[in-house]
Amino acid sequence: MPIIICSALHYYTFFFLFVSAALMSIDSNLEEAGDLMGASRGRILRKITFPLVIPAILSGVIMTFSKVMGTFGGPNILGLPVRYYVVATMIRGSMAAQEKGDAFVLAIVLILFAITTISLNQRLVGTRRSYETIGGRGFVARLNKLGKMKRVLFIAVIIFQILVIAVPIGLLLYNTLMLIDGNYSLNNLTLQHWIGPRNTVYNHGEPGVLRNPIIYSAAWNSIKLALWTAFCTALLGIVLGYAIVKGRGTRLSKLVEQLAFIPYIIPGIAFGAVYIAMFARKLGPIPPLYGTFALLVIVSVTKHIPFSSRSGVSAMMQVGRELEEAGIVAGANVWQRFRRIIFPLTSSGFMSGFLMTFITTMRELSLIILLVTPTTQLLASQTMQYTENGDGQEANAVILILIAIVVLGNFIIGRFSRGSSLQKGLGM
Amino acid sequence: MSTTITINNLTKRFGKVVALDNVNLSIEPGTFVTLLGPSGCGKTTLLRCVAGLEDPDGGEIYIGDQLVFSYDKGITLPSGKRDLGLVFQNYALWPHMKVDKNITFALEIQKLGKEEMGKRVKESLAEVKMEGYEDRYPREMSGGQQQRIALARMLAYRPKVFLMDEPLSNLDARLRMDMRAELKRLHHISGATTIYVTHDQVEALTMSTKIAVMKEGVLQQLDTPDIVYHYPANLFVADFIGNPKVNLLDGVVNGKNVVNIGPFKLAIDNINATGKVVVSIRPEDITISTQPVPGAVEFSAYSVLPSGADSTIIARLGEVELTIREMGISKIKMDQKIWLTFDPQTLNLYDKESGNLIAS
Repeated sequence: MPIIICSALHYYTFFFLFVSAALMSIDSNLEEAGDLMGASRGRILRKITFPLVIPAILSGVIMTFSKVMGTFGGPNILGLPVRYYVVATMIRGSMAAQEKGDAFVLAIVLILFAITTISLNQRLVGTRRSYETIGGRGFVARLNKLGKMKRVLFIAVIIFQILVIAVPIGLLLYNTLMLIDGNYSLNNLTLQHWIGPRNTVYNHGEPGVLRNPIIYSAAWNSIKLALWTAFCTALLGIVLGYAIVKGRGTRLSKLVEQLAFIPYIIPGIAFGAVYIAMFARKLGPIPPLYGTFALLVIVSVTKHIPFSSRSGVSAMMQVGRELEEAGIVAGANVWQRFRRIIFPLTSSGFMSGFLMTFITTMRELSLIILLVTPTTQLLASQTMQYTENGDGQEANAVILILIAIVVLGNFIIGRFSRGSSLQKGLGM
Repeated sequence: MSTTITINNLTKRFGKVVALDNVNLSIEPGTFVTLLGPSGCGKTTLLRCVAGLEDPDGGEIYIGDQLVFSYDKGITLPSGKRDLGLVFQNYALWPHMKVDKNITFALEIQKLGKEEMGKRVKESLAEVKMEGYEDRYPREMSGGQQQRIALARMLAYRPKVFLMDEPLSNLDARLRMDMRAELKRLHHISGATTIYVTHDQVEALTMSTKIAVMKEGVLQQLDTPDIVYHYPANLFVADFIGNPKVNLLDGVVNGKNVVNIGPFKLAIDNINATGKVVVSIRPEDITISTQPVPGAVEFSAYSVLPSGADSTIIARLGEVELTIREMGISKIKMDQKIWLTFDPQTLNLYDKESGNLIAS
């Protein structure tokens, strides 16, 4: 049960982005037409607005389902102590027990599951996509006044946000300040887990996280990985977007677009398993990459291509064809056009893709849990290790550091690129 | 400076749609040729083929003596090497560059010196009367100003050929009038061979040395505005050119120099016409009278539409409806009896079957 709640809280933002994008693309005229015919607010919502976003809602449900299937972190932390297993945690278990065959079979099961849900999505939603309202034609979006409901809804949303974000973080913080877990008395408060010296009694003899070289190296690894991944992914996204939009209508372009989407349907942990299978040995000219930092970057980049290619496509769509053609006529070659016209005009899309990938990579666990080794330990995988050792406070302290880095990163990037947002990063 | 453009048997398909069907077009140095036709007629495709933005599926294009495209020989000269400039319908100014950077972009690629570039920017801005706008971003200017900058951008690198794709269609009516005058002046001064795409027949008539009328990828007529207006090569051209629209009446040539329309007969001045024909009469070529006149045909005024400088009168006689253009504000009342006189010299006869003009 806690696993379900936790997953729901995690993925509702994702869902929210899906549906809000759909809602935003509805022409107010459609609702106004209903209004003119004397339909009540509730009726309009039920009969017009809701059916129009059904495809998005369905997509959201199915996509979330497929994502949760591959989620490792939540079920592992919450499920392991009570021996509650999901496929994702079983893969890790088999891998840890050196039963790679079992792990790969399970990974394939996960992938098949994902493919089934995706095709289900296409079957259910595909035919209805026809009334997606996105078009070159301008449309009117009118804000509906919520009236008295506004305040109530607003407060409800705020309370919800506090409940799901502020309270857990507060508890987490409090938890890290407790010397012994579960003892709420004041004299149990300590900074041992943050800045305490090495002490064999606590945390298996590891010092507080802020004095722990392991944490610093993990944090550095995490940041390095996130930056590299974000940069490569965003760049790749723009290039892919360029290729896809340029060739729009051709079969090749469609193929590229669909290929770029494949990593999305493969659950993170299964993806990791696939990469182990591929790169554990020397593969042609490629040396065995298992245990290297490069492998982490490669797998993260690949996993994020679906998002970045979508944001690349949407950024590219906003660049009129004639802007590049003007460059062609002026005699600019492909590289000159890309560098001087296309790239500057899509830089906000690039930044969105970068931001999105940076954040998700920072907190990515399912994908990399199978691939990290002691030298390439990341913050996220470090928390997993501490949790498994039973050092809850230490793990929580690391999580807080992780959150801090993500928020800071978000802030910094937000400062530099006005107008780029997570929503754009999703290509919506 | 100016050059010829020769297009031989040019064909372009988009999937199954034939956008250009064996187009032959020969453009003399320094002429202002307008490609005119309804949307989907292939005029923009033709322009884009000349510009090198589309690869045709057959034929050849010469600019001057240089073969820039040949399907059979597999030659496709890149756009930037064809020495042409293109003004886009929506200007296509690069929004992230200031005016001067927009103008110097092509010059930098040609590796011109800094001083020369500065000189060109100044000159071209002066030519479009936009001095002092170097530091503006495109979005900080009005549509008309952006249009001028787009022109300046093209002028700055001094191409031998000017291509313009409906450059005025995004401007409001007033500005469009002004810009027509400016563009015509610009062409007069530069003398560059120009291909201009428009669906606006008034624009074509006012600006061009020659008009090429197109329909469904096929060139219908290439002539001076005068000839295209007064002697349209076929019924499509006749119908497309002119506002208010030309009157087209079905008739049968009856005996010598007479066409039987049905309720009345028309004297014609064409000895080659026989059998079923279509007669075209420009609205301004009909003389209107409120009194009976010898040889005139009695009609009834169905509707009278004054519009300031002139008035349009719709007249009816049985099944036959005619549009007449009269100067000034018409005094004719609705349902009033009117007498119409036709000048045999101004009538054109078309073969009913083929729709082609029957030469007199």
